[in-house]
Amino acid sequence: MLVLLIPLVAAWLLWSGLYKPLLLGLGLFSCVLTIYIKHRMEYFQTEMFALQFGRRLIGYWLWLAKEVVKSSLDVARIIVTPSLPISPEVVTIKASCNQPVDQATLANSITLTPGTLALDVYKGEITVHALTKAGADELRKGEMDRRILALRGK
Amino acid sequence: MALVIDILSWIMLTAGGAFVFIGGLGALRMPNLYTRMHAASLTDTMAAVLILGGIMLQAGLTLATIKLAAILLFLLFTSPTASNALASAAILSGLQPEEGPLEREGKPE
Repeated sequence: MLVLLIPLVAAWLLWSGLYKPLLLGLGLFSCVLTIYIKHRMEYFQTEMFALQFGRRLIGYWLWLAKEVVKSSLDVARIIVTPSLPISPEVVTIKASCNQPVDQATLANSITLTPGTLALDVYKGEITVHALTKAGADELRKGEMDRRILALRGK
Repeated sequence: MALVIDILSWIMLTAGGAFVFIGGLGALRMPNLYTRMHAASLTDTMAAVLILGGIMLQAGLTLATIKLAAILLFLLFTSPTASNALASAAILSGLQPEEGPLEREGKPE
């Protein structure tokens, strides 16, 4: 737990830059509360996710950024088209990763990309609402799922 | 050099503003909750990245830039989580998403 507490306290001290008793007390309270919530999430029993594969994660973020730009432009084009050419579709895709953190990353990535919205994650399957049929077809190819798996080196 | 950074930052801020506007327009034009959320997610991601990026260029290599980068990172982690919570709440309250091309009822724009 100290592994997390020390960076949290350091971040608070560096970013606030104010050393009054009230603010220090509030800072300590937030840090301890964060640790408690993390403990309830069983974070310490499973693994320290973020420290594990920084380099691969950067590569994934770059790919995700490219996807976000691409689909943002698509959605923007749909919105400004007078006829509003949408054809919403609900698709269920497989989440091959079995770690909760990976599934959360996958669902969040889907939601982060405009035009696709993760509705539910249940037993290794993610229900997604897509704005267009093209977006739904793109999801069915499962490239994002493969890339999340690759983060673990599989 | 300063001019190049200024121009780049103004381009990013303007583009970000445009995405906020289009996102808002989309939220008004879309027919139901789920499709409106797609439009709103435009402001969550593209617009936030562009606007914060533009401000970062103005701030230069200072502590302010690091703080802005942290804000951007946390925003990108939390906004999809909030969207998921909203979508789950809508599903649980029984709002089924409609599928297929939607017929817009003869409503004036």
